[in-house]
Amino acid sequence: MAEPLIQARGLVKRFGDFTAVDGIDLEVAPGEAFGFLGPNGAGKSSTMRMISCVSMPSAGELRILGRDPRVEGPAIRARLGVCPQLDNLDPDLNVRENLTTYARYFGLSRAQARAKAEELLEFAQLTEKASSLVEPLSGGMKRRLTIARAMVNDPDLVLLDEPTTGLDPQARHLLWERLFRLKQRGVTLVLTTHYMDEAEQLCDRLVVMDRGRIVAEGSPRQLIEAYSSPEVVELRFGLDELAGLVPLLQGVGERVDPLPDRLLLYAKDGDAAVNEVHRRGLTPSSVLVRRSSLEDVFLHLTGRTLVD
Amino acid sequence: MASATYAVFERYMVLYKRLWRASLFSSFALPLLFLASIGLGVGQYVGELGGVSYAQWIVPGVLASTAFQMALGESTYPVLGSFKWDRSAHAMYATRVSIWDMLRGWLLYLVVRVQIAVAVFLLVVWPFGGLASPWALVTPLVAAVLTVAVAAPVTAFAASIEHDSYFALLFRFVMIPATLFSGVFFPVEQLGWLRVLAYVSPLWHAVVLCRWATLGEVTPWPAWAHVAVLGAFVVGGLWWARVAFARRLRD
Repeated sequence: MAEPLIQARGLVKRFGDFTAVDGIDLEVAPGEAFGFLGPNGAGKSSTMRMISCVSMPSAGELRILGRDPRVEGPAIRARLGVCPQLDNLDPDLNVRENLTTYARYFGLSRAQARAKAEELLEFAQLTEKASSLVEPLSGGMKRRLTIARAMVNDPDLVLLDEPTTGLDPQARHLLWERLFRLKQRGVTLVLTTHYMDEAEQLCDRLVVMDRGRIVAEGSPRQLIEAYSSPEVVELRFGLDELAGLVPLLQGVGERVDPLPDRLLLYAKDGDAAVNEVHRRGLTPSSVLVRRSSLEDVFLHLTGRTLVD
Repeated sequence: MASATYAVFERYMVLYKRLWRASLFSSFALPLLFLASIGLGVGQYVGELGGVSYAQWIVPGVLASTAFQMALGESTYPVLGSFKWDRSAHAMYATRVSIWDMLRGWLLYLVVRVQIAVAVFLLVVWPFGGLASPWALVTPLVAAVLTVAVAAPVTAFAASIEHDSYFALLFRFVMIPATLFSGVFFPVEQLGWLRVLAYVSPLWHAVVLCRWATLGEVTPWPAWAHVAVLGAFVVGGLWWARVAFARRLRD
Protein backbone atom coordinates (compact mmCIF):
# COMPACT_ATOMS: atom_id res chain seq x y z
CA MET A 1 0.00 0.00 0.00
CA ALA A 2 1.21 3.52 -0.80
CA GLU A 3 2.33 5.66 2.11
CA PRO A 4 -0.67 7.25 3.85
CA LEU A 5 -1.20 10.96 3.19
CA ILE A 6 -2.36 11.50 6.74
CA GLN A 7 -1.08 9.55 9.68
CA ALA A 8 -2.06 10.37 13.27
CA ARG A 9 -1.27 8.53 16.50
CA GLY A 10 -2.71 9.66 19.82
CA LEU A 11 -3.37 13.11 18.38
CA VAL A 12 -4.45 15.65 21.02
CA LYS A 13 -5.52 19.30 20.84
CA ARG A 14 -6.07 21.24 24.04
CA PHE A 15 -7.24 24.83 24.48
CA GLY A 16 -6.39 25.66 28.10
CA ASP A 17 -8.32 23.17 30.22
CA PHE A 18 -10.54 22.11 27.36
CA THR A 19 -9.55 19.07 25.34
CA ALA A 20 -11.01 19.43 21.86
CA VAL A 21 -9.33 16.35 20.38
CA ASP A 22 -8.61 13.58 22.83
CA GLY A 23 -6.10 11.11 21.43
CA ILE A 24 -7.26 10.00 17.98
CA ASP A 25 -5.57 7.60 15.56
CA LEU A 26 -6.20 7.71 11.85
CA GLU A 27 -4.76 7.03 8.45
CA VAL A 28 -5.91 8.30 5.08
CA ALA A 29 -4.60 6.62 1.92
CA PRO A 30 -4.05 8.34 -1.45
CA GLY A 31 -7.21 8.52 -3.56
CA GLU A 32 -9.52 7.99 -0.62
CA ALA A 33 -12.54 10.13 0.21
CA PHE A 34 -12.51 10.26 3.98
CA GLY A 35 -15.10 11.87 6.24
CA PHE A 36 -15.28 13.16 9.80
CA LEU A 37 -18.80 12.96 11.12
CA GLY A 38 -19.93 14.33 14.42
CA PRO A 39 -22.10 16.84 16.24
CA ASN A 40 -20.95 20.41 16.81
CA GLY A 41 -18.05 20.53 19.24
CA ALA A 42 -16.98 16.94 18.55
CA GLY A 43 -13.48 18.06 17.54
CA LYS A 44 -13.84 17.75 13.76
CA SER A 45 -12.73 21.26 12.91
CA SER A 46 -9.85 21.21 15.40
CA THR A 47 -8.64 17.99 13.77
CA MET A 48 -9.00 19.54 10.32
CA ARG A 49 -7.01 22.59 11.38
CA MET A 50 -4.21 20.35 12.61
CA ILE A 51 -4.25 18.43 9.32
CA SER A 52 -4.13 21.69 7.38
CA CYS A 53 -0.99 22.58 9.40
CA VAL A 54 -2.27 25.84 10.81
CA SER A 55 -2.93 24.56 14.32
CA MET A 56 -0.16 22.69 16.15
CA PRO A 57 -0.96 19.42 17.96
CA SER A 58 -0.76 19.59 21.78
CA ALA A 59 0.42 15.98 21.93
CA GLY A 60 0.72 12.86 19.81
CA GLU A 61 2.16 12.22 16.38
CA LEU A 62 0.99 13.69 13.13
CA ARG A 63 2.46 13.29 9.67
CA ILE A 64 0.94 14.90 6.61
CA LEU A 65 2.23 13.83 3.17
CA GLY A 66 4.99 12.06 5.05
CA ARG A 67 6.24 15.26 6.70
CA ASP A 68 6.10 16.78 10.17
CA PRO A 69 3.74 19.82 10.34
CA ARG A 70 5.65 21.23 13.31
CA VAL A 71 8.75 21.90 11.20
CA GLU A 72 7.59 21.79 7.58
CA GLY A 73 4.31 23.72 7.71
CA PRO A 74 4.76 25.89 4.59
CA ALA A 75 6.14 22.96 2.52
CA ILE A 76 3.12 20.81 3.45
CA ARG A 77 0.60 23.62 2.94
CA ALA A 78 2.07 24.14 -0.53
CA ARG A 79 0.61 20.73 -1.44
CA LEU A 80 -2.79 21.11 0.26
CA GLY A 81 -6.08 22.58 -0.88
CA VAL A 82 -8.16 23.98 1.96
CA CYS A 83 -11.82 24.93 1.90
CA PRO A 84 -12.52 26.36 5.35
CA GLN A 85 -15.82 26.35 7.18
CA LEU A 86 -16.11 30.15 6.95
CA ASP A 87 -15.61 31.55 3.47
CA ASN A 88 -12.53 33.73 3.32
CA LEU A 89 -12.68 34.96 -0.24
CA ASP A 90 -11.33 38.43 -0.99
CA PRO A 91 -14.47 40.59 -1.11
CA ASP A 92 -12.74 43.48 -2.88
CA LEU A 93 -11.41 41.31 -5.71
CA ASN A 94 -13.49 39.87 -8.51
CA VAL A 95 -14.04 36.16 -9.01
CA ARG A 96 -11.15 35.68 -11.43
CA GLU A 97 -8.76 37.77 -9.34
CA ASN A 98 -9.60 35.64 -6.32
CA LEU A 99 -8.26 32.65 -8.22
CA THR A 100 -5.23 34.30 -9.81
CA THR A 101 -4.14 36.01 -6.58
CA TYR A 102 -4.38 32.73 -4.73
CA ALA A 103 -2.49 30.90 -7.45
CA ARG A 104 0.32 33.42 -7.07
CA TYR A 105 0.61 32.55 -3.35
CA PHE A 106 1.52 29.05 -4.52
CA GLY A 107 4.21 30.34 -6.86
CA LEU A 108 2.45 30.01 -10.23
CA SER A 109 3.65 32.47 -12.87
CA ARG A 110 1.17 35.11 -14.01
CA ALA A 111 0.44 33.19 -17.24
CA GLN A 112 0.01 29.91 -15.37
CA ALA A 113 -2.27 31.60 -12.84
CA ARG A 114 -4.47 33.02 -15.60
CA ALA A 115 -4.72 29.66 -17.37
CA LYS A 116 -5.49 27.87 -14.11
CA ALA A 117 -8.16 30.42 -13.26
CA GLU A 118 -9.95 29.86 -16.58
CA GLU A 119 -9.88 26.11 -16.10
CA LEU A 120 -11.26 26.38 -12.56
CA LEU A 121 -13.91 28.92 -13.49
CA GLU A 122 -15.15 26.31 -15.93
CA PHE A 123 -15.01 23.60 -13.29
CA ALA A 124 -16.93 25.71 -10.77
CA GLN A 125 -19.41 26.87 -13.46
CA LEU A 126 -18.52 30.47 -12.75
CA THR A 127 -17.12 31.52 -16.13
CA GLU A 128 -19.97 33.96 -16.67
CA LYS A 129 -19.34 35.52 -13.26
CA ALA A 130 -15.58 35.88 -13.75
CA SER A 131 -15.64 39.68 -13.60
CA SER A 132 -18.21 39.96 -10.82
CA LEU A 133 -17.18 40.94 -7.31
CA VAL A 134 -17.59 38.23 -4.68
CA GLU A 135 -20.17 39.94 -2.48
CA PRO A 136 -23.22 39.66 -4.77
CA LEU A 137 -22.64 35.93 -5.44
CA SER A 138 -25.04 33.39 -3.95
CA GLY A 139 -23.90 31.15 -1.11
CA GLY A 140 -23.54 28.20 -3.47
CA MET A 141 -21.41 30.21 -5.91
CA LYS A 142 -19.14 31.44 -3.11
CA ARG A 143 -18.64 27.88 -1.91
CA ARG A 144 -17.87 26.67 -5.44
CA LEU A 145 -15.38 29.50 -5.79
CA THR A 146 -13.77 28.60 -2.46
CA ILE A 147 -13.46 24.99 -3.58
CA ALA A 148 -12.11 26.04 -6.98
CA ARG A 149 -9.61 28.27 -5.19
CA ALA A 150 -8.49 25.28 -3.11
CA MET A 151 -7.59 23.53 -6.38
CA VAL A 152 -5.24 26.19 -7.84
CA ASN A 153 -2.10 24.29 -6.81
CA ASP A 154 -3.31 20.86 -8.02
CA PRO A 155 -3.19 19.67 -4.41
CA ASP A 156 -2.36 16.14 -3.30
CA LEU A 157 -4.92 16.44 -0.55
CA VAL A 158 -8.10 18.55 -0.43
CA LEU A 159 -9.57 19.44 2.96
CA LEU A 160 -13.21 20.53 3.10
CA ASP A 161 -14.65 21.71 6.41
CA GLU A 162 -18.45 21.46 6.21
CA PRO A 163 -18.51 22.20 2.48
CA THR A 164 -22.28 22.43 2.07
CA THR A 165 -23.50 23.86 5.38
CA GLY A 166 -26.08 26.56 4.77
CA LEU A 167 -26.71 25.79 1.10
CA ASP A 168 -30.04 25.02 -0.52
CA PRO A 169 -30.61 21.50 -1.97
CA GLN A 170 -29.87 22.50 -5.57
CA ALA A 171 -26.60 24.11 -4.58
CA ARG A 172 -25.64 21.11 -2.45
CA HIS A 173 -26.28 18.64 -5.24
CA LEU A 174 -24.25 20.68 -7.71
CA LEU A 175 -21.41 20.84 -5.21
CA TRP A 176 -21.53 17.11 -4.54
CA GLU A 177 -21.39 16.46 -8.24
CA ARG A 178 -18.27 18.66 -8.53
CA LEU A 179 -16.63 16.96 -5.56
CA PHE A 180 -17.47 13.58 -7.04
CA ARG A 181 -15.61 14.59 -10.21
CA LEU A 182 -12.55 15.43 -8.15
CA LYS A 183 -12.80 12.03 -6.54
CA GLN A 184 -12.98 10.36 -9.93
CA ARG A 185 -9.81 12.18 -10.94
CA GLY A 186 -8.10 10.50 -8.01
CA VAL A 187 -7.91 13.56 -5.75
CA THR A 188 -7.80 12.60 -2.07
CA LEU A 189 -10.66 14.29 -0.22
CA VAL A 190 -11.02 14.75 3.51
CA LEU A 191 -14.21 16.40 4.67
CA THR A 192 -16.17 17.10 7.80
CA THR A 193 -19.91 17.20 7.83
CA HIS A 194 -22.90 16.70 10.01
CA TYR A 195 -25.06 15.81 7.04
CA MET A 196 -25.43 12.05 6.81
CA ASP A 197 -26.55 12.10 3.20
CA GLU A 198 -23.39 14.02 2.32
CA ALA A 199 -21.21 11.44 4.03
CA GLU A 200 -23.05 8.60 2.29
CA GLN A 201 -22.75 10.33 -1.08
CA LEU A 202 -19.09 11.19 -0.92
CA CYS A 203 -17.12 9.14 1.58
CA ASP A 204 -15.44 5.79 1.01
CA ARG A 205 -14.62 5.65 4.67
CA LEU A 206 -15.47 7.75 7.67
CA VAL A 207 -15.06 8.14 11.38
CA VAL A 208 -17.72 9.30 13.80
CA MET A 209 -16.34 11.71 16.40
CA ASP A 210 -17.93 12.58 19.69
CA ARG A 211 -16.39 14.65 22.48
CA GLY A 212 -12.95 14.62 20.93
CA ARG A 213 -12.77 10.87 20.38
CA ILE A 214 -13.39 8.54 17.47
CA VAL A 215 -16.35 6.38 18.42
CA ALA A 216 -16.72 4.40 15.18
CA GLU A 217 -14.88 3.87 11.93
CA GLY A 218 -15.68 2.20 8.61
CA SER A 219 -17.43 2.60 5.28
CA PRO A 220 -21.00 3.95 5.46
CA ARG A 221 -22.32 0.41 4.80
CA GLN A 222 -20.08 -1.16 7.44
CA LEU A 223 -21.17 1.40 10.02
CA ILE A 224 -24.83 0.78 9.29
CA GLU A 225 -24.29 -2.97 9.59
CA ALA A 226 -22.34 -2.62 12.80
CA TYR A 227 -24.44 -0.02 14.62
CA SER A 228 -27.93 -0.29 13.20
CA SER A 229 -30.32 -2.84 11.75
CA PRO A 230 -30.91 -3.14 7.99
CA GLU A 231 -34.37 -1.56 8.27
CA VAL A 232 -36.12 0.93 10.48
CA VAL A 233 -39.87 1.13 11.12
CA GLU A 234 -41.26 4.51 12.09
CA LEU A 235 -44.54 4.24 14.00
CA ARG A 236 -46.81 7.17 14.88
CA PHE A 237 -49.71 6.77 17.25
CA GLY A 238 -51.25 10.22 17.73
CA LEU A 239 -50.58 9.85 21.48
CA ASP A 240 -48.68 12.14 23.80
CA GLU A 241 -46.89 9.50 25.82
CA LEU A 242 -45.07 7.02 23.61
CA ALA A 243 -42.61 5.66 26.17
CA GLY A 244 -45.45 3.63 27.72
CA LEU A 245 -45.68 1.59 24.52
CA VAL A 246 -42.06 0.47 24.69
CA PRO A 247 -42.71 -2.56 27.00
CA LEU A 248 -45.48 -3.72 24.65
CA LEU A 249 -42.99 -3.83 21.78
CA GLN A 250 -40.37 -5.88 23.61
CA GLY A 251 -38.89 -8.47 21.28
CA VAL A 252 -40.16 -6.83 18.10
CA GLY A 253 -36.99 -6.09 16.14
CA GLU A 254 -33.65 -5.48 17.81
CA ARG A 255 -34.24 -2.19 19.58
CA VAL A 256 -36.96 0.40 20.19
CA ASP A 257 -36.22 4.10 20.34
CA PRO A 258 -39.06 6.37 21.56
CA LEU A 259 -38.89 9.90 20.15
CA PRO A 260 -41.28 12.67 21.19
CA ASP A 261 -43.46 12.18 18.09
CA ARG A 262 -42.81 8.59 16.96
CA LEU A 263 -41.29 5.23 17.83
CA LEU A 264 -38.37 3.83 15.87
CA LEU A 265 -38.17 0.04 15.61
CA TYR A 266 -34.82 -1.28 14.42
CA ALA A 267 -35.37 -4.60 12.64
CA LYS A 268 -33.83 -6.99 10.08
CA ASP A 269 -37.15 -7.28 8.28
CA GLY A 270 -39.34 -4.19 8.54
CA ASP A 271 -42.52 -5.73 7.14
CA ALA A 272 -42.32 -8.69 9.53
CA ALA A 273 -41.93 -6.26 12.42
CA VAL A 274 -45.00 -4.30 11.29
CA ASN A 275 -47.03 -7.54 11.16
CA GLU A 276 -45.91 -8.38 14.68
CA VAL A 277 -46.94 -4.90 15.90
CA HIS A 278 -50.45 -5.43 14.48
CA ARG A 279 -50.60 -8.98 15.90
CA ARG A 280 -49.99 -7.52 19.39
CA GLY A 281 -53.11 -5.42 18.95
CA LEU A 282 -51.38 -2.06 18.47
CA THR A 283 -52.88 0.28 15.87
CA PRO A 284 -50.40 2.94 14.79
CA SER A 285 -51.88 5.90 12.89
CA SER A 286 -49.04 5.76 10.39
CA VAL A 287 -46.32 3.27 9.52
CA LEU A 288 -43.16 3.86 7.48
CA VAL A 289 -40.63 1.13 6.69
CA ARG A 290 -37.29 2.44 5.42
CA ARG A 291 -33.71 1.35 5.04
CA SER A 292 -31.40 2.18 7.89
CA SER A 293 -29.25 5.25 7.23
CA LEU A 294 -26.08 6.75 8.61
CA GLU A 295 -28.29 9.14 10.52
CA ASP A 296 -29.54 6.24 12.62
CA VAL A 297 -25.94 5.24 13.32
CA PHE A 298 -25.02 8.77 14.13
CA LEU A 299 -27.86 9.35 16.57
CA HIS A 300 -27.27 5.97 18.17
CA LEU A 301 -23.58 6.72 18.72
CA THR A 302 -23.68 10.37 19.68
CA GLY A 303 -27.03 10.51 21.44
CA ARG A 304 -30.02 12.72 20.87
CA THR A 305 -29.23 15.43 23.33
CA LEU A 306 -28.53 18.78 21.76
CA VAL A 307 -24.88 19.60 22.16
CA ASP A 308 -24.77 23.35 22.00
CA MET B 1 8.90 30.77 -9.21
CA ALA B 2 7.68 34.04 -7.72
CA SER B 3 8.51 34.45 -4.06
CA ALA B 4 5.70 34.16 -1.56
CA THR B 5 6.54 37.61 -0.17
CA TYR B 6 6.11 39.11 -3.62
CA ALA B 7 2.79 37.28 -4.12
CA VAL B 8 1.49 38.86 -0.90
CA PHE B 9 2.72 42.29 -2.01
CA GLU B 10 1.06 41.78 -5.37
CA ARG B 11 -2.29 41.02 -3.78
CA TYR B 12 -2.26 44.37 -1.97
CA MET B 13 -1.31 46.11 -5.20
CA VAL B 14 -4.24 44.47 -7.01
CA LEU B 15 -6.51 45.73 -4.24
CA TYR B 16 -4.91 49.18 -4.39
CA LYS B 17 -5.55 49.42 -8.13
CA ARG B 18 -9.20 48.96 -7.32
CA LEU B 19 -9.36 51.26 -4.31
CA TRP B 20 -6.73 53.97 -4.86
CA ARG B 21 -9.26 56.69 -5.58
CA ALA B 22 -10.59 56.46 -2.04
CA SER B 23 -7.16 57.31 -0.62
CA LEU B 24 -6.43 60.15 -3.02
CA PHE B 25 -7.47 62.92 -0.67
CA SER B 26 -5.69 61.78 2.49
CA SER B 27 -2.50 60.78 0.64
CA PHE B 28 -2.02 63.72 -1.67
CA ALA B 29 -4.38 66.60 -0.98
CA LEU B 30 -4.35 66.67 2.82
CA PRO B 31 -0.58 67.22 3.28
CA LEU B 32 -0.68 70.07 0.79
CA LEU B 33 -3.65 71.64 2.55
CA PHE B 34 -1.71 71.46 5.82
CA LEU B 35 1.25 73.11 4.20
CA ALA B 36 -0.89 75.83 2.66
CA SER B 37 -2.96 76.66 5.73
CA ILE B 38 -0.37 76.36 8.49
CA GLY B 39 2.77 77.02 6.46
CA LEU B 40 1.49 80.12 4.72
CA GLY B 41 -1.26 81.15 7.15
CA VAL B 42 0.55 80.76 10.46
CA GLY B 43 3.83 81.46 8.67
CA GLN B 44 2.70 85.09 8.18
CA TYR B 45 2.96 85.61 11.92
CA VAL B 46 6.00 83.46 12.58
CA GLY B 47 8.25 84.82 9.88
CA GLU B 48 11.51 82.90 9.83
CA LEU B 49 12.63 79.84 11.73
CA GLY B 50 16.17 78.45 11.60
CA GLY B 51 17.07 80.93 8.89
CA VAL B 52 14.31 79.87 6.46
CA SER B 53 10.66 80.81 6.00
CA TYR B 54 8.25 79.03 8.32
CA ALA B 55 6.57 77.27 5.37
CA GLN B 56 9.93 75.98 4.25
CA TRP B 57 10.72 74.91 7.80
CA ILE B 58 7.61 72.75 8.15
CA VAL B 59 7.95 71.05 4.74
CA PRO B 60 10.13 68.18 6.07
CA GLY B 61 7.88 67.90 9.13
CA VAL B 62 4.68 67.63 7.10
CA LEU B 63 6.39 65.14 4.81
CA ALA B 64 7.36 62.88 7.70
CA SER B 65 3.99 63.24 9.39
CA THR B 66 2.24 62.24 6.14
CA ALA B 67 4.26 59.04 6.12
CA PHE B 68 3.54 58.56 9.82
CA GLN B 69 -0.21 59.00 9.50
CA MET B 70 -0.49 56.79 6.44
CA ALA B 71 1.58 54.01 7.99
CA LEU B 72 -0.43 54.16 11.20
CA GLY B 73 -3.86 54.54 9.63
CA GLU B 74 -3.39 51.80 7.04
CA SER B 75 -2.22 49.37 9.72
CA THR B 76 -5.39 49.57 11.78
CA TYR B 77 -8.74 48.49 10.29
CA PRO B 78 -7.29 46.66 7.26
CA VAL B 79 -5.11 44.48 9.51
CA LEU B 80 -7.79 43.67 12.06
CA GLY B 81 -10.21 43.04 9.19
CA SER B 82 -7.87 40.58 7.54
CA PHE B 83 -8.14 38.41 10.65
CA LYS B 84 -11.68 39.11 11.71
CA TRP B 85 -13.86 40.29 8.84
CA ASP B 86 -12.74 39.09 5.44
CA ARG B 87 -10.33 36.56 7.02
CA SER B 88 -7.90 37.07 4.14
CA ALA B 89 -4.95 36.51 6.49
CA HIS B 90 -6.28 33.04 7.25
CA ALA B 91 -6.70 32.37 3.54
CA MET B 92 -3.09 33.39 2.91
CA TYR B 93 -1.75 31.33 5.75
CA ALA B 94 -3.48 28.19 4.41
CA THR B 95 -0.96 28.29 1.51
CA ARG B 96 2.81 28.06 1.43
CA VAL B 97 2.93 31.74 2.54
CA SER B 98 4.65 32.04 5.93
CA ILE B 99 4.08 34.67 8.60
CA TRP B 100 7.31 36.43 7.56
CA ASP B 101 6.11 36.47 3.94
CA MET B 102 2.84 38.02 5.07
CA LEU B 103 4.57 40.71 7.11
CA ARG B 104 7.19 41.51 4.51
CA GLY B 105 4.68 41.66 1.65
CA TRP B 106 2.36 43.88 3.68
CA LEU B 107 5.08 46.30 4.83
CA LEU B 108 6.59 46.47 1.36
CA TYR B 109 3.17 47.49 0.06
CA LEU B 110 2.86 50.23 2.69
CA VAL B 111 6.35 51.50 1.86
CA VAL B 112 5.35 51.74 -1.80
CA ARG B 113 2.13 53.54 -0.90
CA VAL B 114 4.01 56.04 1.24
CA GLN B 115 6.73 56.49 -1.37
CA ILE B 116 4.13 57.47 -3.96
CA ALA B 117 2.65 60.04 -1.59
CA VAL B 118 6.12 61.36 -0.65
CA ALA B 119 7.15 61.61 -4.29
CA VAL B 120 4.04 63.59 -5.18
CA PHE B 121 4.59 65.85 -2.17
CA LEU B 122 8.23 66.52 -3.10
CA LEU B 123 7.34 67.27 -6.71
CA VAL B 124 4.74 69.80 -5.59
CA VAL B 125 6.86 71.65 -3.01
CA TRP B 126 10.07 71.64 -5.04
CA PRO B 127 9.11 74.47 -7.48
CA PHE B 128 8.17 76.62 -4.47
CA GLY B 129 11.67 76.32 -3.05
CA GLY B 130 10.59 73.98 -0.28
CA LEU B 131 13.73 71.90 -0.68
CA ALA B 132 16.91 73.85 -0.03
CA SER B 133 19.43 71.02 -0.28
CA PRO B 134 19.98 68.22 -2.80
CA TRP B 135 20.13 65.95 0.26
CA ALA B 136 16.31 66.18 0.13
CA LEU B 137 16.61 63.09 -2.04
CA VAL B 138 17.30 61.19 1.21
CA THR B 139 13.85 62.00 2.60
CA PRO B 140 12.06 59.14 0.79
CA LEU B 141 14.49 56.77 2.47
CA VAL B 142 13.75 58.27 5.89
CA ALA B 143 10.02 58.02 5.10
CA ALA B 144 10.44 54.34 4.20
CA VAL B 145 12.19 53.54 7.48
CA LEU B 146 9.60 55.54 9.40
CA THR B 147 6.80 53.66 7.63
CA VAL B 148 8.10 50.31 8.81
CA ALA B 149 8.96 51.68 12.28
CA VAL B 150 5.34 52.76 12.72
CA ALA B 151 3.44 50.17 10.67
CA ALA B 152 5.13 47.13 12.23
CA PRO B 153 4.09 47.81 15.86
CA VAL B 154 0.65 49.15 14.84
CA THR B 155 0.09 46.04 12.69
CA ALA B 156 1.04 43.96 15.72
CA PHE B 157 -1.40 45.92 17.88
CA ALA B 158 -4.20 45.53 15.32
CA ALA B 159 -3.53 41.79 15.15
CA SER B 160 -3.71 41.51 18.95
CA ILE B 161 -7.06 43.16 19.67
CA GLU B 162 -10.55 41.72 19.42
CA HIS B 163 -12.51 44.91 18.87
CA ASP B 164 -11.97 47.93 16.65
CA SER B 165 -12.91 50.40 19.41
CA TYR B 166 -9.27 50.22 20.55
CA PHE B 167 -8.33 52.14 17.43
CA ALA B 168 -10.11 55.22 18.77
CA LEU B 169 -7.69 55.12 21.72
CA LEU B 170 -4.75 54.69 19.38
CA PHE B 171 -5.80 57.71 17.31
CA ARG B 172 -6.52 59.90 20.34
CA PHE B 173 -3.64 58.99 22.59
CA VAL B 174 -0.91 58.08 20.12
CA MET B 175 -1.48 59.50 16.65
CA ILE B 176 -2.70 62.99 17.51
CA PRO B 177 -0.22 63.67 20.37
CA ALA B 178 2.62 62.25 18.30
CA THR B 179 1.73 64.53 15.40
CA LEU B 180 1.48 67.57 17.70
CA PHE B 181 4.59 66.97 19.83
CA SER B 182 7.12 65.63 17.34
CA GLY B 183 8.56 68.87 16.04
CA VAL B 184 6.41 68.99 12.91
CA PHE B 185 5.09 72.52 13.51
CA PHE B 186 7.55 73.91 16.10
CA PRO B 187 10.91 72.90 17.61
CA VAL B 188 10.42 70.52 20.53
CA GLU B 189 12.86 72.63 22.58
CA GLN B 190 9.83 74.88 23.22
CA LEU B 191 8.25 72.06 25.22
CA GLY B 192 10.62 72.07 28.20
CA TRP B 193 10.62 68.73 29.97
CA LEU B 194 7.64 67.58 27.87
CA ARG B 195 10.11 67.06 25.05
CA VAL B 196 10.69 63.53 26.35
CA LEU B 197 7.37 62.79 24.60
CA ALA B 198 9.13 63.53 21.34
CA TYR B 199 12.06 61.30 22.20
CA VAL B 200 9.82 58.23 22.34
CA SER B 201 8.00 59.20 19.15
CA PRO B 202 9.44 57.67 15.98
CA LEU B 203 7.94 60.61 14.11
CA TRP B 204 10.26 63.13 15.85
CA HIS B 205 13.36 61.16 14.88
CA ALA B 206 12.18 61.06 11.27
CA VAL B 207 11.27 64.77 11.31
CA VAL B 208 14.74 65.84 12.48
CA LEU B 209 16.38 63.57 9.92
CA CYS B 210 14.21 65.00 7.13
CA ARG B 211 14.89 68.54 8.32
CA TRP B 212 18.60 67.82 8.28
CA ALA B 213 18.28 66.47 4.74
CA THR B 214 16.18 69.28 3.28
CA LEU B 215 17.48 72.30 5.19
CA GLY B 216 20.86 71.14 6.49
CA GLU B 217 19.69 71.81 10.08
CA VAL B 218 21.93 70.15 12.68
CA THR B 219 20.22 67.13 14.28
CA PRO B 220 19.69 67.35 18.08
CA TRP B 221 21.29 63.92 18.56
CA PRO B 222 23.92 62.38 16.32
CA ALA B 223 22.18 61.23 13.11
CA TRP B 224 23.07 57.60 13.81
CA ALA B 225 21.23 57.81 17.17
CA HIS B 226 18.02 58.92 15.46
CA VAL B 227 18.39 56.13 12.91
CA ALA B 228 19.04 53.67 15.74
CA VAL B 229 15.80 54.64 17.53
CA LEU B 230 13.84 54.10 14.31
CA GLY B 231 15.69 50.80 13.83
CA ALA B 232 14.68 49.72 17.33
CA PHE B 233 11.02 50.41 16.46
CA VAL B 234 11.43 48.35 13.28
CA VAL B 235 13.00 45.37 15.06
CA GLY B 236 10.68 45.49 18.09
CA GLY B 237 7.62 46.00 15.89
CA LEU B 238 8.47 43.10 13.59
CA TRP B 239 9.08 40.80 16.52
CA TRP B 240 5.79 41.76 18.16
CA ALA B 241 3.90 41.43 14.86
CA ARG B 242 5.30 37.96 14.28
CA VAL B 243 4.16 36.85 17.72
CA ALA B 244 0.72 38.44 17.31
CA PHE B 245 0.19 36.89 13.87
CA ALA B 246 1.26 33.46 15.08
CA ARG B 247 -1.11 33.63 18.04
CA ARG B 248 -3.96 34.66 15.79
CA LEU B 249 -3.36 32.23 12.93
CA ARG B 250 -2.21 29.09 14.65
CA ASP B 251 -5.04 28.54 17.12
